[in-house]
Amino acid sequence: MTAIITEDHTQIEAAGMPGLIARIGRTAATLASYLQAGPLTLILGFFFLLPILMIAVVSFWDYDFAGLYPDFLTMNYTDTLGSWVTWKTYLNTLKYTVMVWGLTLLIGFWVAYFLAFHIRTTTMQMVLFLVCTVPFLTSNIIRMISWIPVLGRNGLVNTTLIEMGIIPSPIEWLLYSDFAVVLAMVHLNTLFMVTPIFNTLMRIDRSLIEAARDAGANGWQILWNVIIPLAKPGIAIGTIFVVTLVMADFSTVQVMSGGQSASVALMMKNQMSLLQYPAAAANAVVLLIVVLSMVSAILRVVDIRKEL
Amino acid sequence: MTTDTKTPKGISRRGLLKTGAAATGAIVGSGLITGFPTIWAQNPITLRQFGTGVSNINAIAEKCKADLGITLEMTATDSDAAAQRAVTQPDSYDIADIEYWILKKVFPAGVIQPMDIKRLKFYDKIVPLFKTGKLKPDSVIAQGTAPHTVGYVEAPGDKTFANGETQFFTMVPTIYNADTLGIRPDLVGRDITSWADIMDPAFKGKTSILNIPSIGIMDAAMIMEALGNIKYADKGNMTKEEIDATIEFLIKAKQDGQFRAFWKSFDESVNLMASGEVVIQSMWSPAVAAVRSKGIACKYQPLKEGYRSWGGGLGLASHLEGAQLDAAYEYINWYTSGWVGGYLNRQGYYSAAMGTAKEFMSADEWGYWIEGKAATGDIMSPEGKVMEKAGAVRDGGSFEERMGKVACWNSVMDEDRYMVRRWNEFIAA
Repeated sequence: MTAIITEDHTQIEAAGMPGLIARIGRTAATLASYLQAGPLTLILGFFFLLPILMIAVVSFWDYDFAGLYPDFLTMNYTDTLGSWVTWKTYLNTLKYTVMVWGLTLLIGFWVAYFLAFHIRTTTMQMVLFLVCTVPFLTSNIIRMISWIPVLGRNGLVNTTLIEMGIIPSPIEWLLYSDFAVVLAMVHLNTLFMVTPIFNTLMRIDRSLIEAARDAGANGWQILWNVIIPLAKPGIAIGTIFVVTLVMADFSTVQVMSGGQSASVALMMKNQMSLLQYPAAAANAVVLLIVVLSMVSAILRVVDIRKEL
Repeated sequence: MTTDTKTPKGISRRGLLKTGAAATGAIVGSGLITGFPTIWAQNPITLRQFGTGVSNINAIAEKCKADLGITLEMTATDSDAAAQRAVTQPDSYDIADIEYWILKKVFPAGVIQPMDIKRLKFYDKIVPLFKTGKLKPDSVIAQGTAPHTVGYVEAPGDKTFANGETQFFTMVPTIYNADTLGIRPDLVGRDITSWADIMDPAFKGKTSILNIPSIGIMDAAMIMEALGNIKYADKGNMTKEEIDATIEFLIKAKQDGQFRAFWKSFDESVNLMASGEVVIQSMWSPAVAAVRSKGIACKYQPLKEGYRSWGGGLGLASHLEGAQLDAAYEYINWYTSGWVGGYLNRQGYYSAAMGTAKEFMSADEWGYWIEGKAATGDIMSPEGKVMEKAGAVRDGGSFEERMGKVACWNSVMDEDRYMVRRWNEFIAA
């Protein structure tokens, strides 16, 4: 902005002066903005773009157990896309994503709504919000693994239910099942939904709600026609977090399904542990394309910049 | 809503960053960050050993330093990474501590130099299993990558293995064992005698096999053959059709809900067994010991079809020469001279030179671990923990009973890549 203003300024001031000063000013301004953007460009370039490019390049290479051989083969892609395992694994991962997204959205919105509209004081809101984040002070893996003694065959839930005489024998599907995977993922990821939604809800102008009420809208109508539309950017940001995290997950799926289910990232991890790096790279490129198109679809639907 | 803009009195963000940076600087400066190789001024000989971890034991490095003055630098990796490193970074190690099936993969690359048996002081003491494939003259040679098949070359520089005993030994065997199924005797409720028992409908949802393709497929093969579904020409080197049949059988069993989980790491197998999620599963012997040490009954069940066995050894890197090579021979001769053998035997593994190891074990330890006799006193682990109470008898009995019943060795198949692909299908199914 400053640059443009100065430029206009100089042009008006020095209408008859040689254009040299104006040009120097303009070049300096352009240079300054390049310099300002420089560090970030370098960091992103070296630590983000370059590695991704490397992955893309390696995905065309040949390999055996001893090493990687520079080449241009599409074998890694035809192997990946031509196998029903890949498709099934993607479907399975998408299934987890949809289920986890739905549940985290429901729970996350609920929590955020309560915090934003039912807690009166800002202090209390902040205190309760911090309470939400307390579990996140421990490691992801520990929070996930702690479900195992709870859900196991002789775990807390089963023992309690049996001792209370509610069920005759342990419920088997509590652990090492899709249920366990989704439960752990929802537990791990709900906060990523709460935070952005809470943020947008807090920015809603309360007078809009009063106006809606004055116009005769009931609670549901206010929620549906006022609050949810205004919370969309938050929902979209939360969705991006949850979708990318679940699509890229391997440890939760492996641990909670007892190795019985596959996810895309787990498939990659298996390939890497067998040193099939090019195959894993091809898989990574495919996953990147899938996730990026999902994110761009979300951005198509909701303009998140509107609220940032 | 009033916003309070007091300056924070406690730790400001900037302050925290500053102290943090200063502290890091101080730690780096004071040399608190270690892990860099130590240079022993008094003794220049250092041997770099890398391998799969089973025998990368610190106590061995310490004892080696004390006895020989040779510093051992050990690096542990998983088996696939070990194979890769052996071939691609041959100058990064002096001693390769690898399994025989890895040797089969890497030896043709010329990175390991064979040893002259005349320089091996205890060559005569090495059990015949590694020389002829037979523990006793009447034993049957097991399938898979049996160590003796990759144990010799005709001459230094050869890339192919010799058919019988020669003067050039590719690796000195160090550690090996016989694996079988682990069971919870208190929960299975009947006698387990065969690999096929893991498929008993009574154990539906209470079994597990390991999810490491090259070993898992062998366990599956043992099960398939025990069920009478198929007769493999060589379980350790299946044809595509045999792989297909095995994987399809596994997929069906998985979809019928026979398995509770698949484990990948040692601790997972311990937890599955200890928590009662699983009552019969593929297991490794130290994992059985770990379950038992929690006071939970667990048995390493011998089965009538025999064991799946594995073995590792020490190989010399091709670049070794002169004083380094002499030191490496000295180290290997020390390794087989008994102290290490006793240590490994007491861990429940087997040492390759049994005769020398015996001198470093008490009569009771020898009786319990090797002869299959009841322990007369408490059996201690090398670290000094009680492993078994007096009166205990080792599962599977004596060394000869266990290693004499090996049905197949861990191996690498010609159709390895195809097998791994199909195995991934089984996990995804």
